[in-house]
Amino acid sequence: MRRLLSGNEAFARGAYESGVRVTTAYPGTPSTEIAETISTEYPDIYVEWSTNEKVAFDVAFGASWAGARAIVAMKQYGVNVASDSLLRSPYIGVGGGFVIINSEDVGMFSSGSEQDYRYYGKLTLIPVLNPSDSQEAKDYVGVALQISEDYNTPVMLRSTTRLSHCKGVVQCHERVEKEPIGFPDDGRFRGIANPPALQRHYQLIERFHRLSSFAEHTELNRIEWGDKKVGIISSGFPYQYARMVMPSASFLKLGMIHPLPVRLIQDFASEVEMLVVVEELEPFLEEHIRSLGLNVVGKEIIPRVGELSIEILEESLSKVIPEIKSSNAKEIQGVSIDTKDLIPRTSTMCAGCPHRGAMYTLNKLDLIATGDIGCYAFGIHAPWSALDTVVCMGASIGNALGIENAQRTMIDKSMTLPVVAVIGDSTFIHAGIPELVNAVYNKGTITVLILDNSTTGTTGLQDHAGTGVTLVKEETKALDIERLCRAVGIERVNQVDSFDLELLEETLKEALLADELSVIISNRPCALLPQAEKHPAVLVDETCTGCKLCNALNCPSLMFDLTQTAVEGNEKKSWKAHIDPITCVGCSLCVQVCPVGAIRAPQ
Amino acid sequence: MNDTTNILAVGVGGQGILLATDILAEVALAEGLDVKKSEIHGMAQRGGIVTSHVSFGRKVYSPLIRRGGAHLVLAFEEMEALRAFAFLNAGGKMIVNTQRIIPPVVSSGLAEYPSNIMSRLKATSRTIVDMDALKMAIELGNPRLVSTILLGGLSLFLNFDQKAWEEKIKEGVPRRTAALNVDAFREGRRLLNGYRIH
Ligand SMILES: Cc1ncc(C[n+]2csc(CCOP(=O)(O)OP(=O)(O)O)c2C)c(N)n1
Ligand code: SF4
Ligand code: SF4
Repeated sequence: MRRLLSGNEAFARGAYESGVRVTTAYPGTPSTEIAETISTEYPDIYVEWSTNEKVAFDVAFGASWAGARAIVAMKQYGVNVASDSLLRSPYIGVGGGFVIINSEDVGMFSSGSEQDYRYYGKLTLIPVLNPSDSQEAKDYVGVALQISEDYNTPVMLRSTTRLSHCKGVVQCHERVEKEPIGFPDDGRFRGIANPPALQRHYQLIERFHRLSSFAEHTELNRIEWGDKKVGIISSGFPYQYARMVMPSASFLKLGMIHPLPVRLIQDFASEVEMLVVVEELEPFLEEHIRSLGLNVVGKEIIPRVGELSIEILEESLSKVIPEIKSSNAKEIQGVSIDTKDLIPRTSTMCAGCPHRGAMYTLNKLDLIATGDIGCYAFGIHAPWSALDTVVCMGASIGNALGIENAQRTMIDKSMTLPVVAVIGDSTFIHAGIPELVNAVYNKGTITVLILDNSTTGTTGLQDHAGTGVTLVKEETKALDIERLCRAVGIERVNQVDSFDLELLEETLKEALLADELSVIISNRPCALLPQAEKHPAVLVDETCTGCKLCNALNCPSLMFDLTQTAVEGNEKKSWKAHIDPITCVGCSLCVQVCPVGAIRAPQ
Repeated sequence: MNDTTNILAVGVGGQGILLATDILAEVALAEGLDVKKSEIHGMAQRGGIVTSHVSFGRKVYSPLIRRGGAHLVLAFEEMEALRAFAFLNAGGKMIVNTQRIIPPVVSSGLAEYPSNIMSRLKATSRTIVDMDALKMAIELGNPRLVSTILLGGLSLFLNFDQKAWEEKIKEGVPRRTAALNVDAFREGRRLLNGYRIH
């Protein structure tokens, strides 16, 4: 059966067809749909949202020991979180096939940094496969599981945003069951016990050599002969671009990028006049190929930053291959149109977002706010400029404590400010809890503002341990964040209504003054959840003075029009607030902010 | 490579662009073609620009359409139509939904929404077709029908069977709105009927 599947849907399909029994994940763009697809389409597979990627890794690894084929999926940052377990895993070995799917946000569409995670292959000596379209995404899952079982090693499947989200035609097959053999009683997973650790390292290197010979013969790596003037070595999605730009060249397409097939590369290189390596980000393949003493063209012409595209590749290759014309030359010929007045569109929090009031209030008060990862991270932008830092999941609380401790040592107290850590519920559960415990243990007096919107909003509304619902929509216990805070020793814990600006401000001011650690939990659900309250759109009357104070809320439903008004016979233009009746959900924040009472709920 | 048709859909998050191109891609698949479709989802959904690339033909490598490479642009919004103009190829055609979605920088008075977009587009030698899909959607009872109305317009420019379109629309939209969406599709076709040009 032919189906149109995104890379992520294809990974899920691959898991299904290959008899995978257990899949775990924590949401993260661009990887989220792998576990989501399994949860809705393939009930034969156990699938869970774990509380973070390390937990997800540990659960899937355990399943593998019991003989089940298992997969753990995450975005690139998740690999860092799971890396402690990941780096130990090849020393311990697998039972059923064990595959880590890592989808990297090359191009930083939903991330604050891009690094080249292929280097994890070198770091761990784990094989890394890199599919280039949806069909391969599906097929490589089965191949990776087989390699994992044949070589007793975890295997990493590497995707990128483009591959994960691009849809292509996939030939689908039936599921082939793989019955788990159960947890072995021979002690083979005892890690350092037998054989001892040093000997396991020797074994690891010996296994790596065997994998290197596998790389020479596997069908994952193939030569597509064409014109031998130019030979291109490429892998993953960039292979598709290279195919478009140089349809007649010879190609060495690598499906397995670690370890590399040295002899195959040498043979290919010896037949072509010019060798070009086309890869995104770092010169990962290129450096290895150069180390073989081969002459290659690579990162001196191909960018190291962001995604490649047909245009970028044409532009780069035109520098060494005269037949290729750079795309600029091919641009819209003979048509001119004025586009200078185009304006950008930036995303912002939704109308009725429960984080909006908190950002408004933080901006109003004199304090330092360390932020975290979630929709509230929009708060670093104007007009809120409410958050002073945003690093990675959970960091806000430790960062705040560090600032407080540095301030304690300062003699000139006029230079210090109270510190607030701002963190969402999913992020708090993912990595915030140990940071909070640390702050209590070390006598911090910071304020922690937990924005509990009952979901993982940024990545598209996933449940988590606090929502009382699992990934497969079964009811479960819901973590009570307030009770957890009290249990770790915090006495000053307050819940506030996210839409009550006065209460939020008062509670925050008291917390800032308190000589103890305070937690404030703002508790309205994300506006996109079905349980979020929706009220009729608010109305603006003619008393609006155009002061634009409500603009500080940055609500997409709230706009300003330059309107003609007659003041004592004199015609003049002035700004008037105007509310979009379709998108406003009547959260009332602007009603509370307007100093002249010009905005009100309809009677 | 030359037998590939490239279609670019552009607009603003929340307009139903990805659903529309999913349906288009499924129709092409049902017609036995190789299809690829690419877009970035994530934060863009909250008021940001959305672009979705669909390519189909005998064999498709990259689904990303280059500037000057689109046979058809389906623009859900006026300013995004202007922004996407450079993607049209020499014989390219563009369908523009004459809806304006005002970005916050404009509503807060920091920038102005470009004026005369339609006349600027029409002054070029490209085929520019406008549709007021929002008005029609509201007449049909639901502003969300914009995307299927536009698909109706688009369908006149492609050689796909009308039945295949309606089938895939029924499969792609929420079940209780299936009949309404098929109506919207037919209305969209009717609206552009005079423009039939292959
Ligand atoms: C280690 C890691 N895993 C996953 C992500 C992807 N991610 C970005 S924000 C976010 C969670 C946001 O949830 P929450 O804190 O509840 O805030 P909300 O978006 O709901 O406001 C996730 C999972 C990430 N950035 N880093
Ligand atoms: S998705 Fe939810 S949390 Fe995120 S901006 Fe929208 S309302 Fe706020
Ligand atoms: S009530 Fe005001 S702040 Fe709330 S959604 Fe409507 S316009 Fe925006």
